[in-house]
Amino acid sequence: MTRLRTPLSQVKGLGSAKEGTGHFWSQRLSALALVPLIIWLCFSIASLPGMDYVTVREWLGQPVTAILMILLIIAGFYHARLGLQEVAIDYISDHALRTATFIAITFGAALLAVTGVFSVLRIALAS
Amino acid sequence: MAEFTLPANSIVKTKGQVFKAPEGATNVRTFKIYRYDPDSGENPRVDSYEVDLDSCGPMVLDAMLKIKNEIDSTLTFRRSCREGICGSCAMNIDGGNGLACTTSIADIEGDISIYPLPHQPIIKDLVSDLTNFYAQYASIEPWLKSDTPAPPDRERLQSPEDREKLDGAYECIMCACCSTSCPSYWWNPERYLGPAALLASYRWLIDSRDDATGERLDDLEDPYKLYRCHTIMNCAQVCPKGLNPAKAIASTKRMMVERRL
Repeated sequence: MTRLRTPLSQVKGLGSAKEGTGHFWSQRLSALALVPLIIWLCFSIASLPGMDYVTVREWLGQPVTAILMILLIIAGFYHARLGLQEVAIDYISDHALRTATFIAITFGAALLAVTGVFSVLRIALAS
Repeated sequence: MAEFTLPANSIVKTKGQVFKAPEGATNVRTFKIYRYDPDSGENPRVDSYEVDLDSCGPMVLDAMLKIKNEIDSTLTFRRSCREGICGSCAMNIDGGNGLACTTSIADIEGDISIYPLPHQPIIKDLVSDLTNFYAQYASIEPWLKSDTPAPPDRERLQSPEDREKLDGAYECIMCACCSTSCPSYWWNPERYLGPAALLASYRWLIDSRDDATGERLDDLEDPYKLYRCHTIMNCAQVCPKGLNPAKAIASTKRMMVERRL
């Protein structure tokens, strides 16, 4: 049946989704947030006196560490979700499989992000 | 997922016909050219043509015309102007897209392999079906749109500064070298407009005489049509006119962000 449609009609398809710039901008914005957060994480871990459980737990329990860590987890998983969605759009041509992948990526990122935030809060608020 | 099984007749048989150079030829180069005839029902093959460059022009197209005229008249390819302005002889030469008429044989080392433009349906040999590519160009409505009637006694005026903005955007000859070299275009040829159509679109987006800029941007506001560009830059690398579609696409994205901040 597609052969009977004009090439222009096939190219126009369902028209513009009127969305795309939001995704593009959010990806750059979360990347911008991750630059200082990752640098902070690297320096912060490197300057710890030890790598044992007590030291790391005490470090993670400090308010500034906990706040920055939560920001890092949220920005990181948000950025990962946006990026993985781009990969799926590029490489998965089957519409149903692509939609299923979008759902899995979104739910997976949300689950991991909430788990991460909860873990940090549990350590920070327990001490 | 990406298709791992190739469609029928897409695997190239390495063993094709060999056309030897005439006796006594001293300056011989071998052209390995993709051949496919859909009517034969056979898989594509690569034929080798040994060409005596002493009796041949300097460009790849000269050698191909010599092959067609003197060695094998069944070789099929498009060509017209032989000076890089019509875009007909766009093909994959020595692994990169380009125009056969402006590619010098001397610039290529070893055997010269010639294939059709990548990832397009093949009609015969080096002639690919560019219907989708042309339809995408038509879809961006490449003409001046203005609600203001033109002055009755003269043309629409444009300042020299505004005219300069079109440099690098209007020279495209629609040869399809850029779009068919773009991996994003390979993966989503139906929905991603590709570098050629987006460069053409940008040419109208920045034209000071056009007042449909907003509507044009609305039409491109789509995860597929515009945002499949990941600045891979193959388009700029292969453009035989030295244009930079990737930069035009980046500028279009900038306009998209600008109007919402």
